[in-house]
Amino acid sequence: MTECSFGITGKDFVLLASDQSAGRSIIKMKSDENKIRQLSPSLCMAYGGEPGDTENFVDFVERNLRLYQIRHNIELAPAPASAYIRRILAEAIRSRRPYVVSLLLGGYDKIKDESHLYWMDPYGTKVKVPYTANGLGIYVALSTMDKYWYPDITREEAGQLLKRCIDEVKLRLAYQFSFNAVEIDKDGVREYKLDGSA
Amino acid sequence: MESLVASLNSRPPHLLHDNAEENEYEGDASLAQWGSSGGFGNLMGNGVVRGMEMPRVPDPTAFLSHHTDSISSNSQAKIKLAHGTTTLAFRFRGGIIVSVDSRASAGSYIASGTVKKVIEINKYLLGTMAGGAADCQYWETYLGMQCRMHELRNKERISVAAASKILANIVYEYKGRGLSMGTMICGWDKTGPALFYVDSDGTRLKGDIFSVGSGSTFAYGVLDQGYHWDLTDEEAQELGRRSIVAAGHRDGYSGNTNNLYHVRENGWEFLGNLDISDLWYKYEEEKKTARKEKSEAAGTGGVESMQVE
Repeated sequence: MTECSFGITGKDFVLLASDQSAGRSIIKMKSDENKIRQLSPSLCMAYGGEPGDTENFVDFVERNLRLYQIRHNIELAPAPASAYIRRILAEAIRSRRPYVVSLLLGGYDKIKDESHLYWMDPYGTKVKVPYTANGLGIYVALSTMDKYWYPDITREEAGQLLKRCIDEVKLRLAYQFSFNAVEIDKDGVREYKLDGSA
Repeated sequence: MESLVASLNSRPPHLLHDNAEENEYEGDASLAQWGSSGGFGNLMGNGVVRGMEMPRVPDPTAFLSHHTDSISSNSQAKIKLAHGTTTLAFRFRGGIIVSVDSRASAGSYIASGTVKKVIEINKYLLGTMAGGAADCQYWETYLGMQCRMHELRNKERISVAAASKILANIVYEYKGRGLSMGTMICGWDKTGPALFYVDSDGTRLKGDIFSVGSGSTFAYGVLDQGYHWDLTDEEAQELGRRSIVAAGHRDGYSGNTNNLYHVRENGWEFLGNLDISDLWYKYEEEKKTARKEKSEAAGTGGVESMQVE
């Protein structure tokens, strides 16, 4: 699967980045497809996997989290949201037709004042991580993140780290990607400008 | 076996009928006559056609894969489905150009050279055909019915986004069961010209330029190089035609004739059916004379000045 996404947390923020390409086999049909979805006021998902499954899965999750918000008049915090999403994947893998979707879930818990980042795969694995990559980015940029990330990383430093990862992808992968990114913190979700990465 | 089939059937019990009752709703009038499917008794609200025949085997997907070359590319398969196509559509200032070839091949055999690969869904909507001809024809005609229903219910034409979503939802429900389609839904709605790519994986993409089929790479090669938003109508039509000719020339599974459509605010217009190889030699001739005129205009003439270019 020719996709690539990154997630980086700091004490009070999360950065999520994803490539924007869509196509079939070797042909790129689109290079500006947004593959990061805002699920609730301070929760986002960068997703990839089987074409068709991805959009339908994310739509389903988004609508159900919205339903929860309407019913209870409070948004589902990142930790329980991650449990809910994993449960959907885990039940789907045991059904006749699984959702073949892998994702990074980034969110900010406004009650506990914590940033959260989860890595999930179609089998229902869920890991809470401080930083991670999905898709082809794993091969070239995980080591970059291992080296440059530290627990009290600032936004500027995290931005620089994200740029390093994207630069490494451009340098070492045979695929050409364009990226977009979001920043999540106590004020919600904002688009994160990646300068010079078009 | 019967109990297995029954247990796999996810329909609610009140929708289950014996075959004898299948076409008559006397026993279940409430379903046929009420709600949004009133008058369309054989259509379920969720867009699935009720009672659609499937191969009577435990695993329809494996069955289809074994007997056809649709999902497995199984060259041993006895049934060779129509493959090989070039279709393209692009959005520009003057609307949308839709251009397709007309060849249907089954293996190395050209099954037909007069296929209509543009499906006229209604006056404002066109769909293109790549992959299984029957799947595209059937589901895009069905989409036309759903679009008409939308019109009647809402007293307003359906948007291209909504129409393409209906199709994407239908094919997604049948995902993994052997549907094969790669289609572009093109039309003009409140938002202006709109173009969506929908395929049988369930992918649905909004975009400005798409090409689908075995010849799509060749079509992209000409289309991308000649495209910009501010193309005039004539330039755009010519680009659409030239791109299909390029694909028809290079791709053995595409060719015969080109069908060209232009979608504008007041609906689509058919611009003609031309022979691709005639066009190819016409373009070659034009290229040659243009080159000649250029070198003559440069004064010196001859081959050297051409190489300096």
